[in-house]
Parts: sequence; structure tokens; C-alpha cells
Amino acid sequence: MSTTLDQAHGHADHAHDDHHPHGWRRWLYATNHKDIGTLYLWFSFTMLLTGGVLALGIRAELFKPGLQLFQPEFFNQLTTMHGLIMVFGAIMPAFVGFANWMIPLQIGASDMAFARMNNFSFWLLPPAAILLVSSFLVPGGATAAGWTLYAPLSTQMGIGMDMGIFAMHIMGASSIMGSINIVTTILNMRAPGMTLMKMPMFAWTWLITAYLLIAVMPVLAGAITMTLTDRHFGTSFFNAAGGGDPVMYQHIFWFFGHPEVYIMILPAFGIVSQIIPAFARKPLFGYASMVYATSSIAILSFIVWAHHMFATGMPVTSQLFFMYATMLIAVPTGVKVFNWIATMWQGSMTFESPMLWAIGFIFVFTMGGFTGLICAITPVDIQLQDTYYVVAHFHYVLVAGSLFALFAGFYYWAPKWTGFMYNETRGKIHFWASLITFNVTFFPMHFLGLAGMPRRYADYAAQFTDFNMIASIGAFGFGLSQVYFLFFVVLPSIRGGEKAAANPWDGAEGLEWTVPSPAPFHTFETPPMVK
Amino acid sequence: MNYVKRLTLLSMAAFGLTIFGSASAVNNMDGGPAVHQLNFQAPVTAIAADIYLLHNWMIGICLVIFLAVFGVMFYSILKHRKSLGHKSASFHESATVEIAWTVVPFVIVVLMALPATKTVVAMKDTSNADITIKATGMQWKWGYDYLKGDGEGIAYLSALSTPREQINGVAPKGENYLLEVDHPLVVPVNKKIRIVTTANDVIHAWGVPALGVKQDAIPGFVRDTWFKAEKVGTYRGNCYELCGKEHAFMPIVVNVVSEEDYAKWIVAQKSAMAAKSDDPNKTWTVAELSERGEKVYGANCVACHQANGKGVPGAFPALDGSQMVNGPQDGQVAILLNGKNAMPAWKGTLSDTEIAAVITYTRNNWSNKADDTIIQPAEVLAARK
Repeated sequence: MSTTLDQAHGHADHAHDDHHPHGWRRWLYATNHKDIGTLYLWFSFTMLLTGGVLALGIRAELFKPGLQLFQPEFFNQLTTMHGLIMVFGAIMPAFVGFANWMIPLQIGASDMAFARMNNFSFWLLPPAAILLVSSFLVPGGATAAGWTLYAPLSTQMGIGMDMGIFAMHIMGASSIMGSINIVTTILNMRAPGMTLMKMPMFAWTWLITAYLLIAVMPVLAGAITMTLTDRHFGTSFFNAAGGGDPVMYQHIFWFFGHPEVYIMILPAFGIVSQIIPAFARKPLFGYASMVYATSSIAILSFIVWAHHMFATGMPVTSQLFFMYATMLIAVPTGVKVFNWIATMWQGSMTFESPMLWAIGFIFVFTMGGFTGLICAITPVDIQLQDTYYVVAHFHYVLVAGSLFALFAGFYYWAPKWTGFMYNETRGKIHFWASLITFNVTFFPMHFLGLAGMPRRYADYAAQFTDFNMIASIGAFGFGLSQVYFLFFVVLPSIRGGEKAAANPWDGAEGLEWTVPSPAPFHTFETPPMVK
Repeated sequence: MNYVKRLTLLSMAAFGLTIFGSASAVNNMDGGPAVHQLNFQAPVTAIAADIYLLHNWMIGICLVIFLAVFGVMFYSILKHRKSLGHKSASFHESATVEIAWTVVPFVIVVLMALPATKTVVAMKDTSNADITIKATGMQWKWGYDYLKGDGEGIAYLSALSTPREQINGVAPKGENYLLEVDHPLVVPVNKKIRIVTTANDVIHAWGVPALGVKQDAIPGFVRDTWFKAEKVGTYRGNCYELCGKEHAFMPIVVNVVSEEDYAKWIVAQKSAMAAKSDDPNKTWTVAELSERGEKVYGANCVACHQANGKGVPGAFPALDGSQMVNGPQDGQVAILLNGKNAMPAWKGTLSDTEIAAVITYTRNNWSNKADDTIIQPAEVLAARK
């Protein structure tokens, strides 16, 4: 094998990049992990902006009490599609994009294990996204049953619901294939000498995440397939009149749904665990305990699902079990936060954009963790269930958590991708603008929720007006910050700028920094040795 | 807390004045949310009070942890920076520390959950209720049936009473905007009220913050919850589970009254119900039925099919010019009784007279000119079999 490679590349060692196909073929037929990573990242950013526009539609309608811009049926489509697009179109594919780009570079592999399946798992996404977004245009509009698609409301929807179900089937298949690829790559293609316990944290968290995905995506597929047959083929899985149970849908959905939230946060933990040591110039504190904490979170995530359903009315023993199990998750999550802070302690810190985003992540994500603890207390949750408090809580962990970590990862690794340094001042503007507008948007929602304002409402009592106005203003600011990111950070740093060194960061360690910037088309054709 | 509240109010006021000017016109709602409310609504049951305390307890603990953890982090950020010449240490492991910060949070978490356990058990204890009321969620209103205890047999529907003009912004918003109903639930003070929830179509949730109650209403199943209000007053809540288009427009209002007032209310309610029940064998004229039907239409149909009978294209079919409405009666009667897709089954909610009335109304209104312009209640009764 190695001789063939040597012959093929022997005459052009100085310019590996010349070997890739050009034009549209390079992308449509892409089998290179870096190209596929780039495709994933652009796809997810497009979906982030799409989902963001829907969110701004919601916030515009909620700026004032009364119905101004949209009728309630369209408002419900907006909330539903915002959720679906952000979860399945923006956050999840973005992490897969990072995995594609960075895992082979981090573990010293030449590419992902299944290059063609990698291509297929990406190219499933655009048709799914088109199916999902174009469902706005069909009679009856897009599905308006909430991103959770609770039965039996989901059986009342028009064809938009079926399009949404198919889109999620396709995206689920894509995720499963991506996960199989990641697991196989990590378990089989690590450079000689890189034992599992020497692996970078990002690869570790993704390995665990990939197992979670393989375990729960089929569960979601099952739930929405049952919805589909209930809708069209006369089954009664979720219809009490036919012997079914609408609450069973919720159990199945959240058995997927809760691990899903960890699917969206564990790789974020991985990214932050790479960045904090690099900018504290100090090794990650408690590497082993980080690995165990991540695994514990993953395992616990399978036994807490019904805390999303306290208001459905379950026996007192179930409520107590799910309350205690949920609170347990705070322990390994706390361990992670303590380890990050111990890594910073006595370090020699600098605060370039990646570090700012990572610290911002810890700070704001932890606030989301606290509100999560508060929601875990069953009696308090009964008051807060389906209010804006919950909206605030999961945006603190999903936006300030997952999205902030993605931005941190972008600033950290983009020099490796593009070969150019981004503009540091602009990175800082992006950070502070996002951090402030994020809090302006979502902090008032805690108060709204405590006061009892229900979520998924197209209209609200006039007493809630001012906090809603503040949230709407913040939301538009947050949206604009991301447009700024695209036009003033991402695009310029692709076109040019200060040349990035192979390792642009003082304290960054890992195999990804041993290859030139930008990373050549083919890397680690001969695996590196890890001591 | 007071300081925070005052500061927030002050900044809010400044904000409101400079940008929106009009925000100060709204007053606190009696039994509902206050303007700029920062915490739970004032509790009026022991459970709601427990929840209030639990939440304060949680906030307290979280705040202490928050200050401790981020105190350390920001101290480190300020002191351990390269620009100050701080050299990095090389420690990166300590089993003792790891064990400590696994065990301590574990203990804290148990301390948080223990006081909640008692409340969970109390919330679920729906035994020995004085009055049992069934709350039925339907798109988009609530039905109340007094099943047991004083007032047994009383049944009525409770729907949003805020006029559409206020929602659409053509009339100024009233003081109880969106949290007012035509027929509130009435219960006596200091009595244990058990609420049994169920639904006709999709899942709804019956929740009133001041009472500390929220329970999903699930079609085909019954669940229960309870409250014992300790103060006379009006308390307002919402449907808390997404139930379709008008989800935001099916509030809950609970009037907690003294025992004497409750007894009076029962008498008044029973006599009103007797007067309202129609003679099922009466033969009506088109004009009589249409007049009655217009009211039924306004209360039940207008949200989807619209006042002009044009529906919402793609979502809710037009009745004006509809083949169904102008064609043979059997089809229309069947759809009203049994529902179809988004159309709910009305056989449980509307009486024979009301169904006959609303069908007659649609057949004679707008541009409709049906062959059979009238249907009698007795014919609906026959179709039910």
C-alpha cells in the first residue's frame, strides 16, 4: 500500500494540493475529509442563518402584544421550523464538519475511514434541507406541531408534516453514517503510539457522541415513522381511540431527545477542552476525569428523559426517580467546569478570540446549567414547564453552549483551514457583540417564564410587553452579529490576510499543528509516531 | 432583591420612556402577571408557596456556587495572565481534588432534591377531595364538568372573551387582555379541589401559576391534580401545551369565592342551565335556527372558517360556496358530528339543536343557497345513531 502511494505522489511531493479535482466535481464527488468538512460547515452556517431568520420572525411578532405580522398558524410554523432547522440543520452538521476536518488531523489519520460514505452522508443533507424548508410552500404550510412533533397534534397537519418527517429520516440516516465513520476512524486509524487515553479531548468527546447518535437516531426514526403510519395507514400507535397512547410518543421522542441535547453539547466540551489549555499554556487539568465525566454524562443521558414530561402526570415514584437522576448529571458536568477552571488556574493566559469564546462558553453555559438544575426540581418544573423559562434555559445551553463553542473552534482552527489569520479585532467585536446581545435576548426570558408566560404563544398579556421588547431588540442584534461574522470575519479570512504559521498559537499542542497551514489536501500519508 | 427590583424598574422606566413612551399605560393584572414581574406569581395555595420557597432555596444555593466558581475563574483571569508576566505552572492532575469536587457537588445535589421530595409527594396526593371537576381541553377552549361534591352536575364551556378587535390591534387592549374568559371556573375557598383533566382532540395543559398547578390534558386518558386556594380572588392561567393555531387564546380563569357565594353561584348556575336546555322535539323555522346558529358559529367555528366563511386557503376550507354545505345534508351532519382531519368532532360538545342551528346558518348565509335550507334537531339526533 505504502509503495503505491509513494509512486503516485513521488513526483509532486511539493504540491499535494494539485491532485484534487477542480470545479463542481471537487465538491460533488468529494471524498477528502477536509473538503467534506468544509461542505458541512458551509451547509450548517447556511442553515444557521435560515433558522435565524425564522427566529427573527418570531421575535418581530412578539415585539408587541397583539397579532401584527403573522397569523398564529404561521407563527407556529416559524417556531417549529426554527427548532428543527437549528437542531438538525445547523448545530449537528456543524459538529460533524468539525469532526471531519479535525479528527483525522488530530489522530494522525490520512482521511476518514469510509470516504465515499462520507460523501454520501453529506450529500443527503441538502435534499433533506430543501424538503424541510420548501414545506413552507405547500398547502397548509410547514409542520406547526413544535419541533417535538407531539402526537396527536402532528396527525392534524398537512403534507408539510410528511415532508418534515422525510427530511428528518434523511438527516437521521446521514447522522448515523457520519457516526459510523467517526467511530471507525477513531478506533482503527489512530497514529501508532496514540493510545485512547492519549487522544485529544475533541476526538474523545466525538467518539462518545457518535455512540450516542447511533443509539438514539433510530429511536427518533421509529417515533416519526409511527406518526407517519398513524397519519396515512390507519394505525393507532398514538391514538387512544384505537388503543394507542399519545404519551407513548413523548416517551419515545425524549428517549431520543435527551441524549440528543448531549449530542449537541459533548463535542462542544471537546472543543473547549482543546482551547483552554492552549491559551492557558498549561496542560488540561484532569484529562482522565474529563473522559470519565463525559462518559458518565452520556450514560446518564439515557435515564433522565421523562424530566421533559413531568406535567404529563406520572406516578410519584417516576417523578422522584427522574428528578434524582437528572440532578445527578450536574455532578459530572460540574467536574468538567472545575477542571477547565483548574486548567486556567496558575496558567499564563492570553485572550485571543478562541479563548474569549471558550471562557464566554464556560460562563454562560454554566448559567444554563444552573437553570437546568432548577428545572430538574419536579415541583418547580411544574411551574416552569412550557414557559419562557425553559426557552431561556435551553438557549443558554444550546446557543451559549454549542454555538459559542463552535465559534471558539472556528477561531482556533480556521488558520489551519484557510492558511490565513482572521482579523483579531473583528473576532473580538464578534465575541462581545454576540455575548451582550445574547444575554439581552435571553436573560429577560427567565423573568417572563417565572411570571408564567407560556412558550409557543403568538400573543401575550400586555404585562409581558417590556421584557419581550428587550428580547426582540437583543435578538436582532444577535442576528446582525452573525451577519458581521460572515462578512467581516469568515469571508475576509478565506480571501487572505496575515499568513498563518503551522502552529499559530503559543501553547497549542497536537498533531494538527505539525502539518502546514493551510493543511495540504493530503496529510499524514505516512502516519506520524506518537511518543 | 428589593434593590435589584428597584434598579430594574428604574432602568425599565428609562428604557420605556426613551424608546416606547407608551409602555407605562399597562397595570398589574389582578390574579395574573404584574408588569416587570421578576419572580413567581404570589402563591395562594400551600403547594405554590412550597414551590416558591424551593425556588428561592435553589436560587440561593446556585448563587453561592456561581459566586465561588466564577470568583475563582475571574481571579485567575485577572492574575494569571501572560501580559502580567505570570509563568504557567505545570500541574495537571490530582486524584484528591477530583474526588473532592465529585463528592461535594453530589452532596449539594442531594440537599437540593431532599426538600423537593416532600412537595412532590404532596402534589400527587389527590385523595379526599371536596369537589371533583373535570377540565376538558378542546381546540380552543375548556369544558368544565362538576363531577362530585357541591355543584355536581354543573357543566359549561369556558372560552376567551377578549374581542378579536383587540388581538388584531383595531381596538385598544383591555386590562385583562388574553387572560379573561366568558365563564370562569368557580370554586369555594379552603376546599380541596381535584381537577381531572382530559381532552377531546390534542394534548392541552391546564395550568394556573398562582395555584401551583399544571397538568397535561390528554385525549383518551384522564390525569388529575389538585389545589386548595387559601384566598378569595380571581386567578388566571393558560393552556401550556402547544395545541394548534389558537393555542395562545384559550386561557383559564379560576374564581375562588367564599362558601356562601359558591352556594349562591350553584343555584344561579342550575337555574340558568335548566332555562337553556332546548326542547329536542321543537320544530324550528329557518330564521330562528339561523339566528341561533350565528351565535354557535361565532363561538366555535369562526377561528378557522372565518367570519366571511372563506376559511384559510390551504389550511381550513371555505364554507362559502362549499359543495359540502350546499349539497345533501347527511355529509355535513356527519362531518360536524364526527370530525375529519383538523375538523374536531362536535358530537360531545354541541347539542342537537346547536348542530342543527349552525348547519342551517351556514346553508343560508354568505352566497350559499342550498337545496335543503333547514335541518331540525330531531334529524341530527337521528344521525347520531
